Amino acid sequence: MALVTGIPAPLTPVSAARLLVLRNFIVYRSAWKLFLTGFLEPLLYLFSIGIGVGQLIDGFEFHGEQVPYATFVAPAMLATSAFNGALLDSTFNVFFKLKYEKLYDQMLATPLSTGDIARGEITWGLMRGSVYSAAFLLVMVAMGLVESWWALLALPATVLIAFAFSAVCMALTTWMKSWQDFDKITLAQMPLFLFSATFFPVEAFGNGVLRWIVEATPLFRGVVLCRELTTGVVTWESAVSVVYLVVMGIVGLLVVRRRLDTLLLT
Amino acid sequence: MISARGLRKSFGDFEAVKGIDVEVRRGEAFGFLGPNGAGKSSTMRMIASVSPVSSGELRILGMDPATDGPAIRGRLGVCPQEDTLDNELSVFDNLYIYGRYFGIDRATCRDRAHELLEFAQITDKAKAKVENLSGGMKRRLTIARSLINSPDLLLLDEPTTGLDPQARHVLWDQLFRLKQAGVTLVITTHYMDEAEQLCDRLVVMDKGLIAAEGSPRELIDAHSTREVAELRFGVGEHEALAEKVEDLGERVEVLPDRLLVYSDKGEEVVTAVLERGLQPIATLVRRSTLEDVFLRLTGRSLAD
Repeated sequence: MALVTGIPAPLTPVSAARLLVLRNFIVYRSAWKLFLTGFLEPLLYLFSIGIGVGQLIDGFEFHGEQVPYATFVAPAMLATSAFNGALLDSTFNVFFKLKYEKLYDQMLATPLSTGDIARGEITWGLMRGSVYSAAFLLVMVAMGLVESWWALLALPATVLIAFAFSAVCMALTTWMKSWQDFDKITLAQMPLFLFSATFFPVEAFGNGVLRWIVEATPLFRGVVLCRELTTGVVTWESAVSVVYLVVMGIVGLLVVRRRLDTLLLT
Repeated sequence: MISARGLRKSFGDFEAVKGIDVEVRRGEAFGFLGPNGAGKSSTMRMIASVSPVSSGELRILGMDPATDGPAIRGRLGVCPQEDTLDNELSVFDNLYIYGRYFGIDRATCRDRAHELLEFAQITDKAKAKVENLSGGMKRRLTIARSLINSPDLLLLDEPTTGLDPQARHVLWDQLFRLKQAGVTLVITTHYMDEAEQLCDRLVVMDKGLIAAEGSPRELIDAHSTREVAELRFGVGEHEALAEKVEDLGERVEVLPDRLLVYSDKGEEVVTAVLERGLQPIATLVRRSTLEDVFLRLTGRSLAD
């Protein structure tokens, strides 16, 4: 039998993350249809509400500029597609791999570390969200819902949104005990989706605590970032969003790593 | 290859391994024998560098698992107690991707995967989903996978538990071949026949401690007689009859379903029993095994 001669060079964090992505890619290569669902949802909302309901509404004022309703809703759905895509893999799939497949235990029998697993899985979630967003952005361009060259930056913005949600949701998933616990995720997902200034301006919440709370939620930060970029009305709010999402993602990543240490290296 | 001094592992208040000294040499097949809960798997996980040592010293391949975990794991093959295969991948991809985790390049991984499919005798299943394999095939795939990096040290945690006798023999044959190829094997088992078949040297573990150490032959010679006469009487009679045969051997063990009389001449024991007018339902004279050693050392049988 041929032997593996010599000791292979240690994996760098980047090549380790790439291997986890490769593993997930091979799995989805034969189940690519599952990939479509996460993309369709925001698209259907755009057609039904953005275009459909949009015919009854003139549009909204966004940072003092009048914006047609569909153009107002589309960037929110763009942010949502990154959010949805990131959520799909970092919640149910991670739970399945962690609890039932014992996939991470298998990986830890190799030179891979918990940090590699955290980075690899979050990268995968991020990529899935980004692919959805990229496709959605193309749809927006085709439909004339993009009003500025700033929109080129909307793609990295969605990568950031996917990163932040992928990391935090994977971290939360490490505390899940059973499938029922995922109701809590769904419970958080719906209001985040509906009230993050997705379908109406944040001014609707008045000027009180409620608006302050909404502005502090992560999907709102993503929505406002995408909306500023695709409409071209860019303000300091985008900078706040970027910092917010970067910090959220890094904290999530660190927590995931610590939790995997606690759960798997016993 | 492995050197442990005063090795301990505790989980909260529970101490699974209570200070053991182990030395495993290159090229040998070393066994941890003991019942469930003896601390075998905890010891294996520490050796596999996925479970931090609670106290004591542990060196694997000359390295410290606390600081060199990835480097150690790169030279180990690990076959866990349960088959933890990647059910979402095909049989071939299980081997291929696992090899890539070790940093082995694409071409070598592909070649190794094909070789190992042959080694495990599952070449025709290369494209199948793992969940469609039989228990024996899954086990062979798990072992094949643990060999993808040509390990110096192969850890097998209860390799044949749950396999039918035929599958066990196929597996034993494969492990023999690996040993001949120079791979150091560390095996845990609660099957004494497996330990006798495979291990050059072993330790008997009980309640987190090492009860005895040596080759299977040495242990049997040191802790048991050459032969054993097994006497089966009616239900519930064994305890009472034990004293009537006590003087016939060096020692008598009372089990729920039979008496074991330890003597170098088993046939003579049976003859004497019959001469005393006792009427066992069944008798059997056999050579001593590691099971008897374990019984002697712990007062319990391995199956508990």
